Amino acid sequence: MDSEEETLYDDIDSGNESSGDDVDFAMDVESSNPIERTADTDEYPFEVLSTEEIVQHMVDCIKDVNTVVEIPATTTRILLNHFKWDKEKLMERFYDGDQEKLFTEAHVINPFTKTSALIKNRPQIKTNATEECGVCFMALPASMMTGLECGHRFCTSCWGEYLTTKIMEEGVGQTIACAAHACDILVDDANVMRLIKDSKVKLKYQHLITNSFVECNRLLRWCPSPDCNNAIKVQYVESKPVTCKCNHTFCFNCGENWHDPVKCRLLRKWIKKCDDDSETSNWIAANTKECPKCNVTIEKDGGCNHMICKNSCKTEFCWVCLGPWQPHGSSWYNCNRYDEEDAKVARDAQEKSRAALQRYLFYCNRYMNHMQSLKFENKLYSSVKEKMEEMQQHNMSWIEVQFLKKAVDILCLCRQTLMYTYVFAYYLQKNNQSVLFEDNQRDLESATECLSEYLERDITSENLADIKQKVQDKYRYCDSRRKVLLEHVHEGYEKDWWDYLD
Amino acid sequence: MSKLQRLNREIKRLVDHPPEGIICYPSDNLSNLSINIIGPHSSPYEGTLFEMELEIPDRYPFVPPRLKFITPVYHPNIDNQGRICMDLLKMPPNGGWRPTISLENLLVAVQSLLGNPNPDDPLMVDIAEEYRYNKQEFERKARLHAKENGKLSS
Repeated sequence: MDSEEETLYDDIDSGNESSGDDVDFAMDVESSNPIERTADTDEYPFEVLSTEEIVQHMVDCIKDVNTVVEIPATTTRILLNHFKWDKEKLMERFYDGDQEKLFTEAHVINPFTKTSALIKNRPQIKTNATEECGVCFMALPASMMTGLECGHRFCTSCWGEYLTTKIMEEGVGQTIACAAHACDILVDDANVMRLIKDSKVKLKYQHLITNSFVECNRLLRWCPSPDCNNAIKVQYVESKPVTCKCNHTFCFNCGENWHDPVKCRLLRKWIKKCDDDSETSNWIAANTKECPKCNVTIEKDGGCNHMICKNSCKTEFCWVCLGPWQPHGSSWYNCNRYDEEDAKVARDAQEKSRAALQRYLFYCNRYMNHMQSLKFENKLYSSVKEKMEEMQQHNMSWIEVQFLKKAVDILCLCRQTLMYTYVFAYYLQKNNQSVLFEDNQRDLESATECLSEYLERDITSENLADIKQKVQDKYRYCDSRRKVLLEHVHEGYEKDWWDYLD
Repeated sequence: MSKLQRLNREIKRLVDHPPEGIICYPSDNLSNLSINIIGPHSSPYEGTLFEMELEIPDRYPFVPPRLKFITPVYHPNIDNQGRICMDLLKMPPNGGWRPTISLENLLVAVQSLLGNPNPDDPLMVDIAEEYRYNKQEFERKARLHAKENGKLSS
């Protein structure tokens, strides 16, 4: 990839480029040998693309359009990017609309009228004449000057530095404009690749280009796993699990870990709720009161209900009814202000937020707990591996101990499903079906905990034969309960059983 | 490389053919220049001499120079530290700096900003409000402020 003689996609150059200069090659597309890996999920086909394959896919998209519209490939890329890689939209505008306007909007010179623009703007070049570069103000031979179709010409070294600043410091790839003041014509890839000499800058440019290609293409999504450079390509967008070559499974629609049975929208809402401060303010609402005069927040730390605000206002009030302390006098237990209207409203509001907090904490605790356990189960894999080796040294064959790994696999799946059932349940309104759902959830949870206990504690080399049957029975049971739960929720989606609280 | 060549030419051009009301004082250190700008005609700053400081970064002209007023200015787009809010002084995408813009272009633009404040993109919100809704009062204050703080240009 760091070979010097490369370009992004010179193999599709349509040949009518104005620059006859040597084109540097940025990425050797042909040398990569893309292995088609179409994962076979029953109904949702997807492909995993490596960086090279992403570039190849981009090249193919450009090629597709180019066979029809016949303009330079680099111009096509700018146009496609302008339409967020929606080929149909580009074609539609290209043939139905005002082409001149289309090119202006996308900030490229109309390739069909290019020659006239060049003659208009470009100074007459004589072989031994010099031109002044508008950036370094040096008078240089015309051979050292270059420019885009807009006709603004600068020396190659200034171009190089200008592009380097844009790419490395501003992180701009798709939309680098000509260096001239108030000119918005975009620099195409062929020119960027030709004018930049540093391979590090070239590589960054490629990253920027491929990144924006993936980001704005609806049918592509980067694998969210850290340090993974693959992207997933689908044929239509749906909330379905996809698995990258790095083994990370995620939802194509939202990019989060695969979250069946809860839907993307509610999960996003849940994650936002967990992340932001709203729960902090809920805690404050549920556990503190405000001074009725200066509104400072007070947390009660003793038993006495006679409050004296410490925040300079020194108001004396009753913690229970929030009314002034005065009328309470000595006979506190007959607090006649207890049912007073304002105090009641305040108490109701507090009651409400306290209940909401309790409810949230209930679901959040269980969600977090399964998430935490799931992390520990990953540790379980290594301890199980040891046990499997130990068993093989006793009297079991390799194939006979595989049930242990399978059991941990199922345990992890169950934990993950359980985790998301609590998000689903948090937003679910009670009805007959939700009761059924909770029953399923309970069954799965208790079976999962049981399986977890077997795997973590109960296996010793003495009781192997005994426990094998137990573990196998339990994981089969867990697996079937998990399927039952998911199918029930899915059936509910189809039959519109679920009402939400949001 | 391109910085030094270009700066030498630019400064020579500024000293030999200065635009009206702009004086550039070259020093041995090319990265810091002192500039004087005289307030434009028919503006509250007319006849006042404003001292400015121009700092040229190493990556010039690929990144814009830093320009600020030393003399305090009462103006919607200039804050009390002398910083200037102007499109051309900022990098894209927020600003309009391009390497083809010369120091002369920039200084002329600042001079013209003195005469034509841009209240839609203010640095000093109160002054912008005043400029927009009570222009007479703004001009009175600006004139007084300029007289008190600036030197009289001869």
